[in-house]
Amino acid sequence: MAETMQDPLGSTPLEVGSFSFRSRLFVGTGKYADFETMRAAHVESRTECVTVALRRVNLDRDAGPALLDYIDRSKVTLLPNTAGCFDVKTALRTARLSRELLDTPLIKLEVLGDEKTLLPDPVGTLEATRQLVKEGFEVWVYTSDDPRLGVRLAEAGAVAVMPAGSPIGSGQGVLNPHAIRILLELVELPVIVDAGVGTASDVAAAMEIGVDGVLLNTAIACAGEPLRMAAAMRDACSAGRNAYLAGRIPKRLYANASSPTDGMIAPAPRRSVPGSQRTESAESTDKTGART
Amino acid sequence: MKLRINGEERDVVPGTGLEELVAALGMAPDRVAVECNRVLVRRTEYESLVLEENDEVEVVTLVGGG
Repeated sequence: MAETMQDPLGSTPLEVGSFSFRSRLFVGTGKYADFETMRAAHVESRTECVTVALRRVNLDRDAGPALLDYIDRSKVTLLPNTAGCFDVKTALRTARLSRELLDTPLIKLEVLGDEKTLLPDPVGTLEATRQLVKEGFEVWVYTSDDPRLGVRLAEAGAVAVMPAGSPIGSGQGVLNPHAIRILLELVELPVIVDAGVGTASDVAAAMEIGVDGVLLNTAIACAGEPLRMAAAMRDACSAGRNAYLAGRIPKRLYANASSPTDGMIAPAPRRSVPGSQRTESAESTDKTGART
Repeated sequence: MKLRINGEERDVVPGTGLEELVAALGMAPDRVAVECNRVLVRRTEYESLVLEENDEVEVVTLVGGG
């Protein structure tokens, strides 16, 4: 009952593998002007899961402020990635290092094809997924929007399929919502759009077609006002989810009046407009003269 | 003796242990993960692992990413 009071619309948490999230917005930690801005943006976004990357310690510079000091791990789950890995072996090693560092089974697997597009390499991605699943990881797998590949990744034991909306950091939004809708029909796993989001409407549009969540980084971190954009993304995610759950009306070509069509006052005499015979003849079939 | 640390050649005192090396880099052990010769080193093994000439060591930490 208490749950109903808190959430009268009854939206359920998202279960991904052994983890559960009330927020369906997943946010990165890269590209912020500073860690303080990042922390504030995370709070504003109400995300419960943020991605992090693994890189070599700089031998010649003092460590400086550490990312982890700006993330409250009691409230936010860390999802380490294998970003920047262009082959299976490096991705596997990076995943193992992140598990040791964070003591987490979670990995956002990325096996990328090339530096210009950063599109996922499908064959390497599938191979690495199989291996990491074997090693006990909970694999959230970054992939293209190919529905059949999503099926193969699900069969390989991934816990979430994460199709790119468009290339990482491109801000083009979800370029092929049809493919993602098919993917949603083919896999039972959570589908989380990862990459390509530019602005709030991209998040809402993705959530409206029924994806389980959206992961983004650049769109907040590099916005003119990251905190305000974080709020916009939060609201868009929630709005899109509710619109999906509510069930949208079908699209129609013609109008469908919202106000009653009966009971209109007597209309003004029709003016005859030269060249408007087509309209005239169409309307002449409407005996009531009501505007419909 | 010479080591390759994060792709760079460095001289360290012979007998240097991994725990000392991590400390010398200014890092807390729970903020790094380490590979020695491309094999993951468990954190519990830092204390006992003594580095050898020409070992290739990777010391990584968390950074921002998407």
